[in-house]
Amino acid sequence: MTPALSTQGISVHFGAFRAVDNVNLNVRPGARHALIGPNGAGKTALVHALTGSLSPTAGTIQVFGEEVSSRAEKDRVRRGLARTFQINQLFRGLSVLDNVVLAIMERDRKTAAFWRSVANDKRAHEAAREHLAFVNLTQHADREVRHLPYGSQRLLEIAIALATRPRILVLDEPAAGVPSGESHAIFERIHALPQDLTLLFIEHDMGLVFRFSDRISVLVAGQILIEGAPSEISSDERVKEIYLGRRAGHAA
Amino acid sequence: MTGASAAARSRLFGGRVGIEGATLVLFAGAIASYFLFPNHLALLTQFLVLMMFALSYDLLQGHGGIVSLGHAAFFGLGAYAAAILARTGYNDPLLGLAFAAVLSAVVALVLTPIIVRGNDFTRLLVTLGVASLVYEAANRMRGLTGGADGLPDFEIAPVLGLYKFDFEGRIAFIYAFMVFAMVYVFLWRVVTSPFGLALRGIRENTRRMPAIGSPVRRHLAVAYTLSGGIAGMAGAVLAQTSRFASLDMLGFERSAEIMMVATLGGSGHMAGVSFAALAFGWLKDVLSTASPKYWQLGLGIVLMLSVFVARGGIGGLLDHLRFRRSA
Repeated sequence: MTPALSTQGISVHFGAFRAVDNVNLNVRPGARHALIGPNGAGKTALVHALTGSLSPTAGTIQVFGEEVSSRAEKDRVRRGLARTFQINQLFRGLSVLDNVVLAIMERDRKTAAFWRSVANDKRAHEAAREHLAFVNLTQHADREVRHLPYGSQRLLEIAIALATRPRILVLDEPAAGVPSGESHAIFERIHALPQDLTLLFIEHDMGLVFRFSDRISVLVAGQILIEGAPSEISSDERVKEIYLGRRAGHAA
Repeated sequence: MTGASAAARSRLFGGRVGIEGATLVLFAGAIASYFLFPNHLALLTQFLVLMMFALSYDLLQGHGGIVSLGHAAFFGLGAYAAAILARTGYNDPLLGLAFAAVLSAVVALVLTPIIVRGNDFTRLLVTLGVASLVYEAANRMRGLTGGADGLPDFEIAPVLGLYKFDFEGRIAFIYAFMVFAMVYVFLWRVVTSPFGLALRGIRENTRRMPAIGSPVRRHLAVAYTLSGGIAGMAGAVLAQTSRFASLDMLGFERSAEIMMVATLGGSGHMAGVSFAALAFGWLKDVLSTASPKYWQLGLGIVLMLSVFVARGGIGGLLDHLRFRRSA
């Protein structure tokens, strides 16, 4: 089967520092694929390279078998590869609804029209409201984003990405900075996403990772240490030592 | 109309009643001024020109979040285009207006690749540099532009072949007002369009835009082209109604002035920016009459005060009025 997302020898070097080093990754269609690893392992750099906001030093990337390595970020989005950001990247001065409407209109390539009215586009507004309903933000639709509680902003991150109608969604720590009680609510929404939507997500909370993923890649110092099913990862001694062990030590 | 879209529009204009009410007052005031100040029509016409120019720049700074210190290049280009065309005998005002708009828009489009690159600071330098080059080029091409002496002595044919520009400036005012109204309505449509929403998206978060599939450079190119074209129209109206085009219409001072006006108006608030242009133009006139030598000092003080008194600019004040009334 053609992987939804696949890389060969992806490297991101900053001078002598190898943030991502020769990574081969295959994400099968419909996967709930987790990308874990200690801080500074290169997870976010890898996401940047995948989505095109950073040019990799070497390597190639395919989306459903199609070569996208030389494609710009916006063109990868149009091929179905969307992402969320670890640090909120929202349109803070716009209403919650407009944030999603904008993403929908960009996806539908309607934004060249300077002679039409946004308000008259009922279909875009209805679609936007559906996305907001999915992440439970309906009651906040008309609020300016800057006044939204942080947890709701994290959900809006996801709604905007969904509005681009992705086939693959890359979630960079979707619950970053959210209290553990609320992070569960965010993952519950991620869990409710359609099964045919391929997910690649970065997460630090191992409880959430083992609960919601069906595949895990462990990135250490820019390289994939091991990839496997959650049961394989949880029993791997190197992972315990390098990653889980250290986290457990932290918690203790 | 659902509450949602009303609120969305309220966000858009910074206050629904505010913007619509303010727009109404603006237009009523402009029409009334024609009857109230029949001896000052030339000055009022200049205010209309300044308002148009300010609105053209506000599309960039207020809506797109793109700064420029060289916007007068397009204004001056439009002025010279209309003046030069009129001197060659094609002196129909609407033809001159269209010619100026198209020429300025095309030049703006051609310049986009170097302007949309980089960040705010590099843009300030690049736009400043480009405008200086245009200025110097106009200065050198004496045969075409008259150099430092400017371009006087050309006639403008009657508007629509019917309304001759009169000595009191009545037709000039009405002509400028009509063009202003057209520009206002056109820009209103632009900022409430999907394209306008995308522009505000760029202003609010340039980084997120490509991640939702947005062609940011194309949006900026369109914004620059529209903005440049309208600035050119404003310049053309000034040249046609004053029958004069000169280097100062291209100059740095005019570029800086329009940035001040847009900021004073409350970026992205069309009525606010128009009132700011009016206030600025009027203040400049009053102060320069009162003290030909030190008027800039007075202007500077007022501008500084406005930063402390009205942070959201005049547009912000207008919204504040609305909120108090409805509370």
